[in-house]
This record gives sequence, structure tokens and C-alpha cells, in this order.
Amino acid sequence: MTDLTRLTLAEARDALKAKTVSATELTRAFVTAVEKARPLNAYVLETPEKALDMAKASDERIAKGSAGPLEGLPLGVKDLYATEGVRTTACSNILREFVPAYESTVTSQLWRDGAVMLGKLNNDEFAMGSSNETSAFGPAISPWRRPGSDAKLVPGGSSGGSSAAVAADLCLGATATDTGGSIRQPAAFTGTVGIKPTYGRCSRWGIVAFASSLDQAGPIAKTVRDNAILLRSMAGHDPKDTTSADLAVPDYEAAVGRSIKGMKIGIPKEYRVDGMSAEIEALWAKGVEWLREAGAEIVEVSLPHTRYALPAYYIVAPAEASSNLARYDGVRYGLRVPGKDIVEMYEKTRAAGFGKEVRRRIMIGTYVLSAGYYDAYYVRAQKIRTLIKRDFEEVYASGVDAILTPATPSPAFGVGEMGAADPVEMYLNDVFTVTVNMAGLPGLALPAGLSADGLPLGLQLIGRPFDEETLFSVGEVIEKAAGRFTAPGRWWA
Amino acid sequence: MSVDQATVRRIAHLARIAVTDAEVPHLQNELNAILAFVEQLDEVNVDGIEPMTSVTPMAMKKRQDEITDGALADKVTGNAPATEDHFFIVPKVVE
Repeated sequence: MTDLTRLTLAEARDALKAKTVSATELTRAFVTAVEKARPLNAYVLETPEKALDMAKASDERIAKGSAGPLEGLPLGVKDLYATEGVRTTACSNILREFVPAYESTVTSQLWRDGAVMLGKLNNDEFAMGSSNETSAFGPAISPWRRPGSDAKLVPGGSSGGSSAAVAADLCLGATATDTGGSIRQPAAFTGTVGIKPTYGRCSRWGIVAFASSLDQAGPIAKTVRDNAILLRSMAGHDPKDTTSADLAVPDYEAAVGRSIKGMKIGIPKEYRVDGMSAEIEALWAKGVEWLREAGAEIVEVSLPHTRYALPAYYIVAPAEASSNLARYDGVRYGLRVPGKDIVEMYEKTRAAGFGKEVRRRIMIGTYVLSAGYYDAYYVRAQKIRTLIKRDFEEVYASGVDAILTPATPSPAFGVGEMGAADPVEMYLNDVFTVTVNMAGLPGLALPAGLSADGLPLGLQLIGRPFDEETLFSVGEVIEKAAGRFTAPGRWWA
Repeated sequence: MSVDQATVRRIAHLARIAVTDAEVPHLQNELNAILAFVEQLDEVNVDGIEPMTSVTPMAMKKRQDEITDGALADKVTGNAPATEDHFFIVPKVVE
């Protein structure tokens, strides 16, 4: 029998529709794979019973002819999404025992459409990190290894459990979130595909907040088509999130396979950063070539404020985080450490409950918002954000349909290798992705080749606001030319 | 700009995070590394530029001011570390 876990989401959907496999059989295959893959630490909570119950209900709906668009498809959920009655921690000790009494809008839409939940996926604590190493549950491990080496590699972050699980065939697709690159960088590190939709495309309601003007939900999956299928279910207006856009959700899958002939693809010269490795440059050139062969017109464009996006992000994001995370006070939910008075209780609770990186970012955010520094830091960063957004607006106004860039400056690195001495070293991972969050645009990352040491490298496509469809059309062209990239062996099983 | 140790302690208190004496020098180094990194923003001319207040140009939706939810005291207090009769219990704050 073929290994059901190797199917793409679209293939599994078609097999269920053709009744060559049942939702229960499919789910059982994944439940077994998840159990065997515990060394990867991709799941922080497995929910096999719930999965099998949901699969049984799916089989009944399929038999009745009332199947939804995701009927019977097993997915993993980043532990930042509140799931009713299922522990949701943001991978922080401060929420270690938190069991939501409500379901996030995005996941409720997945279940509405028939999907099956396999469990909750690891992530950097409160989504603050680029390697999944800040998780209170310990790092998630990439299924990829350098040839001839058993050194553990990071799956990227913050959605490292999502990318590791998809790359290791531990789910057909996963939910993820992206504040500065947390969908696209892990996708690039693991040979998977991920899209950060336009700000407002998906509801943020019920997703643990990090930086509310930057956070956006999206999928990580094996292919461009699988992303298109998942995003259609995840997206849509939600009265409970006033920043969610009241726009119809297109049939994204219909955009997959559409011709890109005559499209204008911009290549921003500012992304050719100092010290860019030759293999990243070659990968980018290959991407340009594939799109040209498919009939796209390639134009050089300029985004002059690119280099200021990352420093501006490290003011805006911590500022919003310090405000959002003020709610963890040991009173209404989460951990409490007793103190002699309420202030000491707050201080001890937050010192014990938050990890190092989260404490550091809250403190930076508190500082840049404090009296006397607010204008110099926060207001200035928000002005620079206006300039970053304007750069993109001017490029799109000139007729460019999408922009092609590398996804990350390097392939995946080893666990414990980066950022120990200087937090900024880790932050530089997001240098190509963070501009997109600052401008609220959609960005798709997909694998396009392997590094000299055999690890996946990704490209990024940046689109016009609410034009995810173009990204899916252009992305599929690259995917078809580059092929798919799967981890060479299942060393963990 | 850089922060001294007294400032680190003041920020920690503002953020309601207890710090030990041993942590202060580390935090000071890390915060200063980040502040040095963001210093390059000073090169940008932002004269006459409006700070971003809305990521996508859209008007916030409004609705009638009416009760849409409620009577969920069990659920609201269900995850609290200490409660009594649907009240959150905290250390004494008023003498």
C-alpha cells in the first residue's frame, strides 16, 4: 500500500472524493506517523482521539454527499491559535495550562470545511524567534540534515513546528502566523511552501497576539496548490476582527496554473545585500530565468527604504508586544507566582512565565514607548513604515504585478548555532521578509533549489494588496520548473 | 542612545518583570545591542511624513452599541489561578 502521508493535500482530497481512501484510514496513517516522529518535537500536543472522531464524522458526511472543501484532511495547528477545549500555550510557560473556552475564527473555518485536527504545533514563544528555539517546550527539529551529518538543524521560526510537521509528512498542511517572516522563513528552511496573506485577509480573532499591526495568519503546506486550497478556507471577513477586510474570498485554486505571460515581475536592486552568498544570488537568477521563459517581463525596480525595514520592525513589533503582553498578569488566566503585594505578584509572575527573548522584547518595547523616547523611536519608526509602504506603492503603480526576491539570506542553521551572543544576529534572518509585514502585503515563499550542503533554499514573491492569486499563479511556475524538495530520509522513525 | 543599569531596572519595573542583580548587566548589553542596531534609522529624513496608523486603507467597521454576548462567567473565570464566586482574587490592593 502506498504511504498515505506522502500525498499532497490536493491528492488526498481527490482520493477521498474518489473514495479510494477513507478519512479514517488517512487520519490513522498520520496519527501513527506523528507518534513515531516525537524526536522532531513538532507537536507540543497530540490529539489523536479528537482526530479520529473528526475523521469518522467526515466519513459520514462523505457518505451522505455533504462533504466540505477540506473534508477529512488532517492538519496541524500552530499553538498560537486558540482551540476550544484543547490546551493552547503559545509555547510559553505563562500559558502552560491555558484551555480556551473558544475557537479562533481561522481554525473554526477549517473545521467548518471538514478538516481534521491532529494536534498543536510547536513555535517560538509568543512567535518571537526565527528558529523555534525560544519555545518553552524546547526546539522543534527539522527533518532535513546535511548529508553525512546527524547535527540537528532548526526548521526556522516562529512557525517551526508547522514547517517541520509539513516537511516530515506529519500533516497535510498546517496553520501558521507571520509577524516578520514566521511563515516564509520556516517554509524556506524546510523545502515547504507558505504564504503570508495581505494584512486583513484572515481574521486575527482567537490567535495569541504578538504585534497586532503586523500579525497575519496563513498556511504552510507541501505545494502552491495546497496553500491555495487552505487559504480559501482560512480567509474572510470576521466581525470580531475590525481589521479583517470585508472582501469576497476568491477561488485561489483557480489561479494555480494560470498563465503569467505578459506579467511584469520586479527585481528590487536593494535586496542584493552586502555579503549575499553566491548560491542565493544564483538561485534568484534562476528564478528570474524561469519566469522569463514563462513569458513574464522582468524589470529592475527600486525599494529604497528596504534596509530600514528590519530596524524599524525592531521598534514597532516590541512596542506592540509590550502592550499586548501586558495582559499576562497572573490574574485572569495563566501562571501566577505569589508576591507580598500585587506589584510583586505581577513582577514575579512575568519573570517566571516569560522566557528570555520575550522578556527582552517586552523591555525594548517598554523603553521605546516610555516618556521622552516615544517620538524618537516609535513615531519615527512608524514614519519610516509609511516610507517603506510608499516604495512598494510606487513600484506597483508603475505596472509591476509581483516582486521576486530571495526568501532568506542563508539555508537552515544548526540548533544552538546562532544568536547566543548577540540577539541581532538572529534577527537578520528576517531581512528579506520583514518589509512585507511592514507594508501589509502578501508574500509567498517556496523552495527553488538546494544549497551546496544539500539544504533547501527558497524564493519569495511579494504581491499587490489582496492579490494573492497572482502569487499562486507565479509561484506555480517556479514550482513546476524547480520541482519539489523533500527531506532525503526519515531518520527519526 | 544607550541604557545604563539604572535604566534597565526602571524599564523592568515599568514592564512589571522582576530582574535579579545578576541579570542586569546581560540585559543592558542585549538592549544596547538592539538600540545600536536601530540607530541607523536616524539617517532617514522623515520631515513631513505621516506615521503609519492603518496598514491597509480601510475605515473601521462600526456596529450598534448593543449586548452581543454575556452570561459567561464560568468561562471567563475558568482559567484564572484564583477565583471565588466568579470574582478574580488578587492580593490586597487597598488598605
